[in-house]
Amino acid sequence: MPAQKDRWFPSFSFLLFCAYFIPMLGSTSLLQELSPQEYFSGLQAGRASLAYFSPNVSPGAQPFLEQIENSVEALQDYGISVVKVNCPKEDVSRYCGKENAVRKAYLFRGNMLIREFPTDALFDVNSIVANVLFALLFNEVKYVETLTDLQNIENALKGKSNMVFAYVPATGTAEHRAVMEVAFVYGTVHQFVLTTEATLLKDASSDEPDASSARLLFCHCQQATDVAQPCRKTPMEQDLTVLNIHRHLKLMGAPLVTEVAEDPEKVSTVHLQLGLPLVFILSQKETYEADRRTAEFLAWQLLGKAGVALLSRDLVDLNVLLRSNVALKTPDEGVPIKYLVLEDTDEVITLVEDKSKVEQIQEEENEDEEDDDEKENDNQDVQDDQVVEAVSRDKKRELPLEQILTLTEETFHSAVLKAAQTVVLFYASWEAVSLVVLQTYVEVANHLKGVQGVLLSRVNCWDWPGVCTAENVTQFPTIKIYKKGEQPLTYNGMWGTEELTSFIMLSRVSCPLKLMTIDEAEGYLRGELPSELSSYHHTSVLGVFSTATSKAKEAFVEAGSILSGHVTMGMYFEDDALALSRKYAVSPPALLLARSGDRSVEGITLSKHSAQDIVQTIRYRLLDTFPEITVQNLPRYLQLRKPFLILFSDGDIGQLESKEMLKLAKGTPQRAFVPCWLNLKNTPVGRGVLKAYFASVPSLPVLVWVNLHAGGQVFKFPSEQSITQTNVLSWLEKLRAGLEIPSSTLSEEDWKPPLPAYDFLQMMDTTAPEFTLPTPYRHGDGDGQEQQQPEGSEEKATGREETPEEAGLKAEKVQSPGRDLRGTAPRLAGREKQAKRHSEL
Amino acid sequence: MAPGALLRLVLAAGALCAAPAAAFIYHDYCVLGAGPSGLQAAYFLQRAGRDYLVFERSHAPGSFFAIYPRHRKLISINKRYTGKANGEFNLRHDWNSLLSHDPRLLFRRYSRQFFPHADAMVRYLEDFAALLELRVQYDTAVVHVTLDKDPQAWNGHYFVLTDQNRQHYKCSVLLVATGTWVPNVVNFPGSEYVEGYETVSINPEDFAGQTVLILGRGNSAFETAENILGVTNFIHMVSRSRVRLSWATHYVGDLRAINNGLLDTYQLKSLDGLLEGDLEDLAIVKDKKGKLHITLRFYLENRNASAGVDSVTLPQDELDNFATRAPYDRVIRCLGWKFDFSIYNRSLRMMPGRGNKNKYPQIKPSYESRGTRGLFVLGTASHSIDFRKSAGGFIHGFRYTTRAVHRLLENRHHGVPWPSALRPVTQLTAAIIKRVNEASGLYQMFGVLADVVLLRENATAFEYLEEYPVGILAELETQTGRSAPEGLFVVLMEYGRNFSGADKDVFYYNRAVGEAQHAWQSNFLHPVIYYYRRLPTEREMKLRPPDWPLPRPAAVHHIVEDFLTDWTAPNAHILPLRRFLENCLGTDLRSFFAESCFLFALTRQKLPPFCQQGYARTQGLAGSERLRRHAVTAGLLEDFSAVDFSGDEFPSRDQLLKDHGGPVRPLQHLLNAKDEL
Repeated sequence: MPAQKDRWFPSFSFLLFCAYFIPMLGSTSLLQELSPQEYFSGLQAGRASLAYFSPNVSPGAQPFLEQIENSVEALQDYGISVVKVNCPKEDVSRYCGKENAVRKAYLFRGNMLIREFPTDALFDVNSIVANVLFALLFNEVKYVETLTDLQNIENALKGKSNMVFAYVPATGTAEHRAVMEVAFVYGTVHQFVLTTEATLLKDASSDEPDASSARLLFCHCQQATDVAQPCRKTPMEQDLTVLNIHRHLKLMGAPLVTEVAEDPEKVSTVHLQLGLPLVFILSQKETYEADRRTAEFLAWQLLGKAGVALLSRDLVDLNVLLRSNVALKTPDEGVPIKYLVLEDTDEVITLVEDKSKVEQIQEEENEDEEDDDEKENDNQDVQDDQVVEAVSRDKKRELPLEQILTLTEETFHSAVLKAAQTVVLFYASWEAVSLVVLQTYVEVANHLKGVQGVLLSRVNCWDWPGVCTAENVTQFPTIKIYKKGEQPLTYNGMWGTEELTSFIMLSRVSCPLKLMTIDEAEGYLRGELPSELSSYHHTSVLGVFSTATSKAKEAFVEAGSILSGHVTMGMYFEDDALALSRKYAVSPPALLLARSGDRSVEGITLSKHSAQDIVQTIRYRLLDTFPEITVQNLPRYLQLRKPFLILFSDGDIGQLESKEMLKLAKGTPQRAFVPCWLNLKNTPVGRGVLKAYFASVPSLPVLVWVNLHAGGQVFKFPSEQSITQTNVLSWLEKLRAGLEIPSSTLSEEDWKPPLPAYDFLQMMDTTAPEFTLPTPYRHGDGDGQEQQQPEGSEEKATGREETPEEAGLKAEKVQSPGRDLRGTAPRLAGREKQAKRHSEL
Repeated sequence: MAPGALLRLVLAAGALCAAPAAAFIYHDYCVLGAGPSGLQAAYFLQRAGRDYLVFERSHAPGSFFAIYPRHRKLISINKRYTGKANGEFNLRHDWNSLLSHDPRLLFRRYSRQFFPHADAMVRYLEDFAALLELRVQYDTAVVHVTLDKDPQAWNGHYFVLTDQNRQHYKCSVLLVATGTWVPNVVNFPGSEYVEGYETVSINPEDFAGQTVLILGRGNSAFETAENILGVTNFIHMVSRSRVRLSWATHYVGDLRAINNGLLDTYQLKSLDGLLEGDLEDLAIVKDKKGKLHITLRFYLENRNASAGVDSVTLPQDELDNFATRAPYDRVIRCLGWKFDFSIYNRSLRMMPGRGNKNKYPQIKPSYESRGTRGLFVLGTASHSIDFRKSAGGFIHGFRYTTRAVHRLLENRHHGVPWPSALRPVTQLTAAIIKRVNEASGLYQMFGVLADVVLLRENATAFEYLEEYPVGILAELETQTGRSAPEGLFVVLMEYGRNFSGADKDVFYYNRAVGEAQHAWQSNFLHPVIYYYRRLPTEREMKLRPPDWPLPRPAAVHHIVEDFLTDWTAPNAHILPLRRFLENCLGTDLRSFFAESCFLFALTRQKLPPFCQQGYARTQGLAGSERLRRHAVTAGLLEDFSAVDFSGDEFPSRDQLLKDHGGPVRPLQHLLNAKDEL
């Protein structure tokens, strides 16, 4: 019952179902099996059927039968039924009785025999469908064998209808089937012409045809007005499948240029629906005619690859640069329209044809807005150095340099002797980093206004290179502090206002400061310094030496000169130094560290006695156990070259977390890692760090482990756990065991050149061979090249006069409408390729 | 000090035994001539504390300038104002000063004239020798130079000099700074009627109403003509070569505009004129009235020497419109000078150069004689290196080549390597920009002296060698004591390749390039930087085309010519240079504010050199708030304080998925820097 119902109302799902089960079920099939009588009586007028008369199931016909069975569903789509007619043994009628009937299949329309097929022509589904449709569509699909036939058809169609010309290497192939299937639908719209002769193809398409693969061309004969001219042809680039041909014909049928008067974002055309880009030519009233021509020209070039629309700027309010003349809309959802400034239609074509280039050109165009839009030079001439760009954007502002004394070759030497302390900034007025520091220096000067005995001055090494060389300034900028009777001190800290101010102030006191009495020493440890220094100093370092440790003392003095300006250092080496060392439980030589705001004094016994070691020790001890990391202090902790455990927080961290983290930090032996926290309010760039780690800022606070110097993995402490010492420790344990998956890994990419340079060598080689730098081994190339050279130069000489061919080409270029985008709106005229030259003002 | 003294003692002793007649006086360095180059060499030797002596024929320095130029006007410019304080830069436009540390010895203090009087030069040279207390032995004419082979000597031999008093001197190194002072003379029939430039009257009155023929076409010829242009009937000037104008050739030795009055009168048909012809073919016959007639040697050769003047055939007898058919009252020879080869023993093999360089001795690009090791030629006589190209034959050129020779000698004999300091690569762009903007040696000795940047420490640092003779680039390691294992840059100044030349129109429209991307077509003097991955070999140097200073580099960069010769424009000059250096070194040489470095330090495993060498060493560039804002508006710095917290702006969900496990890419826009309008 259901089988019968399905016979009359074939349902796709059932077909699928069957197709799936047929091989397994084997015996059941869609093939109708009828007796001759049943068959012939059931034939309906106009309905096609394919019949196979089987006197008996002969073994030879078995594979054919299988193929026929398989093609049932395909043929059914075209309303063709397939029937196996079982001839009774005694039947000797027209079809059953024939000797060779079993070798044939018969196609009927109604009860009229259309064609009989030898079974070996129906070797598979493709051939069955192709041949059956071919037979049925005898009028719709003309088969041609000679060029004359083809031309006759073409000429006959001119001005009337379009032609679809297909070449297949053989009939009965998949391509043949595809053409036939499409012809079944479009046969009444276009004239289909089929051939198996490769020679016809040669004539029809310009490029080198490949006889082994099928080709399809759409011939625009309907619009052909000139009888003498062949119809314009658009080859299909893709393989011949039903879907591709269908798509191609749809595209050919679409209007050549769509005129658009609405927001291009809302526009949708056949092209976009078929997954092709749409190119807008932005037009204006004034240039409409030219733009229309350009659009049409372009549309022909892009036929089958992209759609072209003419968008009138006068009708649509576009929020884009007036210069833009082309827009590109891609079928991808959500991709905004790109507005471009192009000069030639060729560029549009490359844009469409080379997807990879699209991105490139678009980026270029977007970023190109400020410069001269010579595409070949990318963005090479756009400043991408943030410091240089910032400085040049600020160049019109005059710096208030009144506080700073300008020194010259003549005044330098007297000036550095005048004040107790002369600070000199050596810079070059054209160099960006110098100018940044000069601004900072101005701020420092404001801070230090009124401080006695400090003279801020500057030397422009671009004016006075002699002074700079004499003072051994090899880098810009350099700041040196000159004190009477002392070696100048070179600033080696951060180029920031606070840091520099603090350095200048702290370097005023001698370093180390010799303390005379034990009271002075104690006072020093309490932070009793000249009042003007109080705001600059953080930690006091007191060296305690016995008389026997003179070597360590010398090293300490040397260390003092290195750390001068960064740390306040004092030393005490009177006889009663021992009392001091006993009080703080250290044995001399030793250091006593007193942090401001922290009452405790830390004692360190010096084990190594070289100045470098002392410097190292002091620097190390100055680091906090659980610091707030900032732009300013990060480098000091980076130098430990240890992993970082950073608690990111928006504002101050909670007391609990702070306490737990401090516990953790204090419990960490030998700084195996750097526990720290980052306040996004103080260091907003921390947000950028988080985004780099997690793509977006996670909920805060967040604890992160970063293997900065080994592998670069970033791990995030699970947010559901609370930040306690134990939780963190066990998490760290898991990290160490490799049980956690990193959230991200820091790029270990090298810092490559951001953009290419002008390749002048190549330019010389290509544009002006006479300038070419010959390779040193040209000699080896023999005389052949040498002889060729004059020839080449001759060519060059005659090249100035146009050969007739060239002239023709040129003329064609001029004639061909809209080849040059320069004519389009907004006008690009006047943008000469010619380089600007400064001899003309 | 001690070994030198000892050596001198030994030598003196040896001399006593061998040649009792003449005791040797020994010096490490002997300098012949106390002209500008001799004094310049003495200055460097003195500063380096070397044992040297300068020999001067005359009683005072600069004896050449006491006579020449005859009309006493120097044609080397004395530009007293440039609008700049930079002393090094100002030397670019000071063609007369010698190099010294003493600001008193700047020529602008000696003359107020743009083209100074030659006496000012004489005074200047006297002061130079006196103020710097240079050791010059005057009134000593070295009449003979020979070699004394000795394997112990620095160069395998000593130079033995003999003066006019038969006093002998022995030296390890001989610096020949005698210039070219022997007048060029041409011999042809009748050349006895010719007066020489050396002695011809300079009083225009002596030429009143006379017709004058001048032989030669250099500045001395034109200078002579200029002096008498107003009083003569007419002046004809004959020479083999066509006139070469220095503003067309960019060679200061060619005819300078200041002397070209005769060109004016010739082209305006005011009777004066120029002729081309080979002086060797010429003959002069004197008629009874004392007038001089031009004829050809060819006609005389057919004649009996004793035949009377009247019987000599004159060209106009056959060709009645022969150009110089008018008789002359005077013929003046102004043919320049040549090097005095006469004092050198054959063993020194002092050979004249080839072709038009035959007035100069043959030397190597290191200024060392081709024939004798340890003999260096300085000053005008060394001009064969860059004859008709650069300024090596003139004070403003050879003051630098003399310094270069001194540095070569310091390295060769005293183990003092060519001066240079190791600097971080972040300073490279600035170092080159500084030099091309102010260096006078590069500017004056364009195409000859070059700055060489040697890359070190995996291209994170470099050494900068100034004004090295580019012709001996291949020998750099042995000549300077510096090594170049990791590639090098060579910084030169050049004119456009097809721009300068005798027949070129140097005023054609669009002669100057304005855009950086077309910089290689620059015509006027501009900096060119060559990049080599390794030092070029001698063979490569040899096979380079004749008009190229260097063999083909791995990459080359031209800084676009500048109307003001100020190459400090951030976008047109510095940016393309930075890109060139970046691409040669394969690194990113941009500068970053501390904040960016902070971000990189926490989000990437590697830092750009600027952050590595600055921020990471606690020398970050904080920058003022104002500047940071500019960087933010330029789109080159992200402002995180102003970011909206939803974070949908930054990498999308897809991006995240794509990047998961992959490298984190912070600040995409910094890597693909973009400038929003």
